[in-house]
Amino acid sequence: MPDVPLLSLRKVSKSFGGIHAVHDISFDVKAGESVGLVGPNGAGKTTLFNCVCGQLRNDDGEILFRGASLSGLPTFKRARLGIGRTYQKVEVFTDMSVRDHLMVAERSRRGEGRLWKDLLNMSGVTREESANVDATLELVGISSFAETSVNALGLGHCRLVELARALAAEPKILLADEPSSGLDVHETAEVAAVLRTVQRERGTAILLVEHDLAMVGEVVDRTVVMDLGSMLAEGTFDEVMANPVVRHAYLGQMGVS
Amino acid sequence: MEQFFGFAIPGIPYGCTYAIVAVGLVLTYQATGVFNFAFGAQAYAAAFVFTVLTQNDHWGGFPAFLVSVVVLSPLIGLAFDRLLFRRIPNSNTTAKLVISIAMLVGIPSLLPVVFGAQNLDDTATIFPFFNPNVVYATVLGTPINGIYLAVISVTVVVLVALTALLRFTNLGLQMRGAVESRRLVQLDGVNSGGVVALAWVISSFMAGLAGVVLAPIYGAFQASTYATLVVAAIAAAAWGLLRSIPIATGVAVLIGVVSTTLQGYLPTSSLFFSAVLPSLPFFVLVAALLILPGMRSLDVNRDPLATIDPPPPPIAAASRAPSMDRIIRRLWWLVLAVFIVSMLTWIPKTWEGVFNSGLALSTVLLSVTLITGMAGQLSLCQGTLAGVGAFTSAQLAHHLGLNMLVGGLVGAGLAAAVAVVLALLSLRLRGLGLALMTLAAALLFDNTFFNDVSISGGGSGLSLKAKWLGTSEFFNFNGHALFGLCIVVLAVCVGVVLLVRKGTVGRNLAAMRGSETAAAGLGINLTWQRVVVFALAGSIAGVGGVLVTIQQQVANAAQWNYSFSLIFIVLVVTTGVATVEGAIQAGIGFFVTEQLLTYLPARFGGGSLVIVLFAFGSLQFAKHPEGILEFQKRRSNLWFEQRFFAKEYHAMHPRDAVPEANA
Repeated sequence: MPDVPLLSLRKVSKSFGGIHAVHDISFDVKAGESVGLVGPNGAGKTTLFNCVCGQLRNDDGEILFRGASLSGLPTFKRARLGIGRTYQKVEVFTDMSVRDHLMVAERSRRGEGRLWKDLLNMSGVTREESANVDATLELVGISSFAETSVNALGLGHCRLVELARALAAEPKILLADEPSSGLDVHETAEVAAVLRTVQRERGTAILLVEHDLAMVGEVVDRTVVMDLGSMLAEGTFDEVMANPVVRHAYLGQMGVS
Repeated sequence: MEQFFGFAIPGIPYGCTYAIVAVGLVLTYQATGVFNFAFGAQAYAAAFVFTVLTQNDHWGGFPAFLVSVVVLSPLIGLAFDRLLFRRIPNSNTTAKLVISIAMLVGIPSLLPVVFGAQNLDDTATIFPFFNPNVVYATVLGTPINGIYLAVISVTVVVLVALTALLRFTNLGLQMRGAVESRRLVQLDGVNSGGVVALAWVISSFMAGLAGVVLAPIYGAFQASTYATLVVAAIAAAAWGLLRSIPIATGVAVLIGVVSTTLQGYLPTSSLFFSAVLPSLPFFVLVAALLILPGMRSLDVNRDPLATIDPPPPPIAAASRAPSMDRIIRRLWWLVLAVFIVSMLTWIPKTWEGVFNSGLALSTVLLSVTLITGMAGQLSLCQGTLAGVGAFTSAQLAHHLGLNMLVGGLVGAGLAAAVAVVLALLSLRLRGLGLALMTLAAALLFDNTFFNDVSISGGGSGLSLKAKWLGTSEFFNFNGHALFGLCIVVLAVCVGVVLLVRKGTVGRNLAAMRGSETAAAGLGINLTWQRVVVFALAGSIAGVGGVLVTIQQQVANAAQWNYSFSLIFIVLVVTTGVATVEGAIQAGIGFFVTEQLLTYLPARFGGGSLVIVLFAFGSLQFAKHPEGILEFQKRRSNLWFEQRFFAKEYHAMHPRDAVPEANA
């Protein structure tokens, strides 16, 4: 099915009480494509991510992955289909080493975790698993603190661990929610480089939510702009940034003039 | 109709008693962020002191009220704040719950140690103007006496005062702010420490007031009465989502009214009367937990400055120098060998019994390590699950003559099945919600199955016969064989826990404990992991229950009531919930301490003081949530590492090496 988009959103809506957090959003992400999802705070970007991952159920519309509806699928099953994610508010496994973070992802990718194997002491780390984990650590540039507990890491490093963990699960699409938040200029550039490498070498599609528009421009092929739950514009990064409606949403009247 | 009101109206004063406590729970939660399980114990303490002063020391009601309610109760609240809860990071909900449970268990045990055994049977009313023997009014044919009138009056005054405090005063606003984030409120110039301390003082005063006002209405003066009262209050507070004073009050009064109405209509010989009626508050609580979505997010930490708190330290065994680790591991094997040889050769019978009891209890406590330490789920019914294993094996032996060990496996299976049902019922619950659900289950079992003579054998329990363990003399109750059985079973359970921790399930559980959102986002099936860990912990508790039963030669409902589940949690968490050593040290330490205390004068000996010692160990636990022994181990590890393994130490802690290099 070469023409079927990897991820399709069809008129997706989500309300909280009377507030339309996401309203009638439709767009596609093709396999291997990198799409930016931008918009001011409160635009509904993270809510949309939560709907795609199954952490929230959309009220209306449909989300398709490789042409099949995701409706009713719990989060873990969507993850096993190949939807990976990082979080706006860092979500790391406290007390766990960086390597173990990636091992959890490596195993859960294949849906492994049989109790009987643990009880028969057959759950040791295989060479292949170890090699995969090392490769991802290397890719993200965090090999030097692989054995360190995340408790001892700062916010920036935790973000990188989160990104590495998501990549270790070898997702077909990575939903990256503000991956540069809390990082300095150099770290942001490194994250952008990692995302580009992953897209190029592994063919992973990327849906990137980011406030650092320079980074978005550097990473994405196409950009979708949201404001107040609705979709404002879609096109290349330069096209949407030149769009007066988008400028108004970001900068108010001053931006338009 | 008159008959209906005749049954319903007497329920109002009972409902009011639940309401006072429910509102106290709401106030504490709203103002301090702590769900204070110890509220009933605080009420009991005030009533106890009040009754001792009036009954034994012949004080007048008013001075006794002043001492017990106006002075003692607020001091207890202040001590709670200063010595316990202030030291716990806002985000550590498990520590807050465990400490309040420790106080629930510890305070009633402390009172007989301080005051000596008391025979308190008659509690005076503090309101001389409400004479208990005078009927002041008749409402729809129902007489209202002085006690009822006093309870209703106090309830109304308390409700009005607290609602006004929380809604209309600046202090109430500051309390609501401080509960979200003390630090953030401080940045606004508010003395948040003082505000929270004041909240503790007020809520503890309320607990004292509730205790003293309620004592006469219940006649018999027992700590268990206050515990049951708290369950009804918790159910009411839950329906108010621990926020709404009017809803909590309404539900509390409704529980009182429905209880007395059903009591009036149901035949006293029916199963509903004996089993279901006393369980009504638990059903109301379970319904709230299952129906109200708000109960699922009670523990969500909203403190924007929570990340300021330092992360918990790693367990000592995971962070020590490799050479030292090897030596310590060898030493442990040596200690184990010496222990086994000693048990089989020279240790006296009394102490052999003590260690056997400790080993059996350690097995039950391992289930707490698994479910709370590894999976981060606070279960308050591990004692009940142990009881399920114990009674199943004992019943199978009694009725079918089945060997206890074989019956024990069936019992462990049944305990696992009960645990799975609980896990499925509480899939969406976390932290406090799960703790309440499991507590409700424990109390439900106490009131139904364990209260049924045909299951638990009544007050004397089900006695065991040696032949049910084996046909040969080898398996008698007193020989070394019992030690062999205990240590082999414990070793198998320890092996299971260690293998699970090391394996994929263990990693998944650790991931779940760290962040359920991220774990699910990686493809981990949280439901399945929870079911697995509940089942495994339930079966280990069941096996432990069978061991304890074999060791004590009797299966008795009193061994497995809900309070033991609470004590188990306190024991393990106080020593160290993250490691298997913590469970073993807690199990053996409990019985060794109890045995040592028998050498003290009678007043200090026995079960009370040992519970007090472990419960008040939480004074240290508040400071070191990893457990006291775990903290001490880490400290001594550091001391040895710095002196004898300096090279490895500095390699592991490069920052510490810098000053030395500079020097």
